[in-house]
Amino acid sequence: MTMTRVKDEAIRRTSPGVERASLPEAVLLGHGGGGRLMQELIADCLGVLGPANGLDQPNDAACLELPSGERLAFTTDSFVVSPLSFPGGDVGRLAVCGTVNDLAAMGAQPLGLSLGLVIEEGLQREALAQIIASIRNACEEAGTRILTGDTKVVERGAADGLFINTSGVGLIAPGVLLGGERARAGDRVIVNGPLADHALAILAAREELPLQGDFHSDCAPLNDLTAAVLEAGGNGVRALRDLTRGGLAAALNEIARQSHAHVQIVEGAVPVRPAAKAACDLLGHDPLSMANEGKLVALVAPDRADDVLAAMQAHALGREAAIVGEVKSLDECRVTARTALGPTRIVDLPSGELLPRIC
Amino acid sequence: MTPLPGASPEMLEQLVADCRRLADRAAERVGGRVHLMEVCGTHSHAIARAGIRDLLGDAVRLVSGPGCPVCVTDAGQIDLCLDLAERPHTILATFGDMVRVPGSRGSLAEVRARGGRVKVVYSPLEALAAAQQAPDSEVVMVGVGFETTAPTIACLVREADRLGLRNLSLLSAHKTVPPALRALLAAEEVSLHGFLCPGHVSVVIGSNAYRSIANDYRTPCVVAGFEPADILLAIRMLLQQVAEGEAKVENAYRRAVAPEGNRHAVEAMYSVFAVGEASWRGIGVIPKSGLRLRDEWSAFDAMARFALTAPEVQDHPACHCGEVLRGARLPAECPAFGRACTPARPLGPCMVSSEGACAAEHRYRAA
Repeated sequence: MTMTRVKDEAIRRTSPGVERASLPEAVLLGHGGGGRLMQELIADCLGVLGPANGLDQPNDAACLELPSGERLAFTTDSFVVSPLSFPGGDVGRLAVCGTVNDLAAMGAQPLGLSLGLVIEEGLQREALAQIIASIRNACEEAGTRILTGDTKVVERGAADGLFINTSGVGLIAPGVLLGGERARAGDRVIVNGPLADHALAILAAREELPLQGDFHSDCAPLNDLTAAVLEAGGNGVRALRDLTRGGLAAALNEIARQSHAHVQIVEGAVPVRPAAKAACDLLGHDPLSMANEGKLVALVAPDRADDVLAAMQAHALGREAAIVGEVKSLDECRVTARTALGPTRIVDLPSGELLPRIC
Repeated sequence: MTPLPGASPEMLEQLVADCRRLADRAAERVGGRVHLMEVCGTHSHAIARAGIRDLLGDAVRLVSGPGCPVCVTDAGQIDLCLDLAERPHTILATFGDMVRVPGSRGSLAEVRARGGRVKVVYSPLEALAAAQQAPDSEVVMVGVGFETTAPTIACLVREADRLGLRNLSLLSAHKTVPPALRALLAAEEVSLHGFLCPGHVSVVIGSNAYRSIANDYRTPCVVAGFEPADILLAIRMLLQQVAEGEAKVENAYRRAVAPEGNRHAVEAMYSVFAVGEASWRGIGVIPKSGLRLRDEWSAFDAMARFALTAPEVQDHPACHCGEVLRGARLPAECPAFGRACTPARPLGPCMVSSEGACAAEHRYRAA
């Protein structure tokens, strides 16, 4: 996404003679959902920083070229999950994995991370100690460490237990060129396993929702998996994207926009566990739009797709990997899904906050 | 959801072929396109998602009716919710679908951003917990929904009474489906040749509830489930009836819906609610189509407790939700659709509710 494109689209969607609905004055929760509202917020409010400041950076991390010719990937992310711990992880593990995965999606191995903690007064020391321990464990898994940090305590009510910001720097392997703008017609779309488990684990961990189905977050560092993918696929790997907020739908829409591509998935080919599918049906959510923390999508040239799929399936974090679709053309910018009955449907960017339906 | 047992790709293909064949015969019988209406937001969604309109050909026009509970809630009720959420010491508990729907001065999402306390609940009983945890606040549950939702809201009221909770009340905008179907047929604005009756509502009220509609208006009614095969099966049954000139109630969702419905749920509902008139967006006031608290439960009535009267609110002039809800217009036939009105910037509820016909069309067919 570039800022100009977002604005162009907003204009295009407003026909002459019909007044456009007014913008809400305040920032809404939906602006944080990773969908269309967030794009508009970034374009409207942060646009003044200018394109030179990288806010139109559509990939998961920025790429910095050093005078030596080496390339660094650089990313930052804030973690404000509630509850702080959930089946399969906690906010500490989430922070490390999220940042490592943003680097991994650029084909980088992490050199180190920063760790900023904003702690709400009253947080139990034991809870904090557990989160720090899982930060250490996740760093070990990812083969990285915390290089620098900052800690603040704010009064009760000014934060929700603990907010974490992490930034990460990684070294991109020589010759690796990845980006959502590199899609070509015929490229295969591959995901490394079943979707939606993380979002459902968080929903289930919130006391108010008695969801049964044993949902565990998939939260995991993907840098070892991406190394295997790049080794198997070489320059046939065009783009990698980790599937966090907005899920596969948001990631593919982003790639479609960057490459002006028509990406088509086959609905039945997308791995979703039956319990997750049932829970999504019940709650009125689309698994394609649900957040994951240990899943990625790869766009791979057709002649390398089987190699990449095999490499994923040989890896602990990709056993249930599947080819779920392909790039149909570079003539139009859209994402579609072929349904079980045969017709295709649009896979839209989620518009904002995930809200449950009534019946 | 359980898939229709044995719905193989071949079976789906056969269902589609049957529907197309019967559609031609039915169209010949009625002398034009066959208009079938689905009256359930989840059906609208499933039909758009699976692309069923594309499969049926030109002989059938599938239109959406007043089947999305948030969409049929009139704008005055939305404004009442905004009013309550803005009050100090008040927590408005609501199903999430209501949060983004625009009233005359913004949505609950905007009120929440300004500091209003809006609690999104998945189950009405969460409102009970909220009332217990905040004894100094008034918790108001927004009761929006059809016969599917009303029994659980009734349980909430009874439970609040049992626990002696005095800081919980209900803003009831509950409605019942069959009177709305009768009102649409009686108005004769749109020619309708059959109803795809709502699966979830019918679990509660039973398929027999549509008998008088089928008899009085000579209009076939078929209860449908939610998988593509369920919906195709129900459409096939409707088209068969139209082609044969029949008008009866059939049930294509037998694994969930009994002819007499769920007696316990109906009893729970009417132990707390009495039938009254209700104002439907786009249709107007329909007698005997609403559920109000019975007199003995009036202590829980938010309208009385906060001395509220629903304001008269005009819909946005460019919004055609009313026509969409009456089946007079398909979403894509609205001039604002996808232009002035999008899910991120809705003019009316049909574009924003996850059960809204416009939201379904925009999300799956036209984004």
